[in-house]
Amino acid sequence: MDIVIAAKNLTLAYGDKNIVKNVSLAVGPRTVTALIGPSGCGKSTLLRTFNRMNDFVPSFRLVSGEINYRDLNVYSEKVDPVYIRRRVGMVFQKPNPFPSSIAKNITWGPSINGFTGDYDQLVESSLRRAALWDEVKDKLNSSGLALSGGQQQRLCIARAIAMDPDVILMDEPCSALDPASTARIEDLMTDLRDRYTILIVTHNMQQAARVSENTAFMFQGEMVEYSNTKQIFNAPKQRLTEDYIMGRFG
Amino acid sequence: MSTTPENISGTTIHEAELETSFKDNLARRRVEAAIFKAVILLATFFAMAILATLVWRISAQGWAWLNWNFMTSFPSRVAARAGILSALVGSATIILLTVVFAVMLGVGAAIYLEELSPKNKLSQFIELNISNLSGVPSLVYGMLGLAVFVRLLGFGRSIMAAACTLAMMILPIIIISSREALRTVPPSIRLAALALGATKWQTTWHHVIPAASPGILTGIILAVSRAMGEAAPLIMVGGVTYIAFLPNSLFDSFTTLPIQIFNWAGRPQEEFQAIAAAAIIVLVALVLVTNGVAILIRARLENRNRW
Repeated sequence: MDIVIAAKNLTLAYGDKNIVKNVSLAVGPRTVTALIGPSGCGKSTLLRTFNRMNDFVPSFRLVSGEINYRDLNVYSEKVDPVYIRRRVGMVFQKPNPFPSSIAKNITWGPSINGFTGDYDQLVESSLRRAALWDEVKDKLNSSGLALSGGQQQRLCIARAIAMDPDVILMDEPCSALDPASTARIEDLMTDLRDRYTILIVTHNMQQAARVSENTAFMFQGEMVEYSNTKQIFNAPKQRLTEDYIMGRFG
Repeated sequence: MSTTPENISGTTIHEAELETSFKDNLARRRVEAAIFKAVILLATFFAMAILATLVWRISAQGWAWLNWNFMTSFPSRVAARAGILSALVGSATIILLTVVFAVMLGVGAAIYLEELSPKNKLSQFIELNISNLSGVPSLVYGMLGLAVFVRLLGFGRSIMAAACTLAMMILPIIIISSREALRTVPPSIRLAALALGATKWQTTWHHVIPAASPGILTGIILAVSRAMGEAAPLIMVGGVTYIAFLPNSLFDSFTTLPIQIFNWAGRPQEEFQAIAAAAIIVLVALVLVTNGVAILIRARLENRNRW
């Protein structure tokens, strides 16, 4: 299997406390991979190493192991984290559009990264791919903050797509949304997998089962089981995985 | 007392039952709220009353002397012929320069400390010192200005030295308020920009500073208002009270409205007291207009980014 992004024997810490312990995970192209596990199991911390967003947490430390994106060692000194973030996009837990127009939300990232194409076209294609175009095409110049929560989150996805990323990381993208908006975003993820490699952290096991091809279950910083989603949900190999999926703890 | 709640999903909740588990003290809480409201209204009233008295007294004393001649004449030993032209021009020039220096240095330092500097012992030490500097009396800044700008850098007793001194004086206020403003920008905006492959600088310049600008402007307004009214440090750096020419360069000697007012108010003759009052009216008007313009700009900036 072709590998797009991978963690190899990764141990991560905040201060002296190890949050992720000797975790390995390899993700192939154009797949949706779900990271599940109880709160505090380290899944978000792991996700944020793939685009080095942990750099902004002062106590964060990479203890050992490495992250590879394509043929780059993400944490090597030779690699510019800005380049990684430009290729590996991110959608956050709480929708965080910029306090500017819908169009500007889309165009800002490309403009600072030297985009030379047609901006109007970029706005339209990004919003279409994020299934938001029909709702906002007549108000591209109004504020992104005037949209509903679900629309704001799709705007954030459109903003990530506009960068033409290779990988999109989603950190519990639906946890602040109502069920209808959640369903729309789940549909969207299924569409997006044709083109992007998606990693999604979720608390919602039904969501993981619905949208992902592969699922990784983490517990207390360790990778308990990583395999095909069907297998994880129907015939988990580990007792712990089964207990979590059956809702016996978590 | 409250009435019995309506039947909720088939069971009636009895008033007696509720009262045993909740001591809501509603009557007392309402009284507390009323007292609190009265106290803060009284505080506001006192502040307004003192200001009104001041403005009224000064107006009564100086209004009659306020005319076009007063604005366009140089000071004179004869009160009737004295004017504030040189003080007005001096104040305007010095404040303008002060704002330029203090905003460039102050906002720059705040951005560095808040957005870029590593959070370590050194930055904590700097932070503590800036807080302390904002409490230093203005006269001390005057002495600093005299030693550094007038003598050491050889600016002489000039407009330049005065502006640098005032800029030093308001620098801590601008740094502290700008940092506060930067801190109110939601971290999620920074992360959103960084995750799109923006550099720290692009994030700060395009998103953080615009979002913080209303707050930064508030700090600048307060600081500049203070600088406009200062006389003491400028007397230290050599502001003179009799200047019968307009400055040709930034290294000419200067006077300002507060210095002129201070001088006139100290004279025994009643006419000078009156023209001091007239000059105060001009100074107050100047501060109000400056603040008004800044507040209008701020309102426009606030409209632009709301979350």
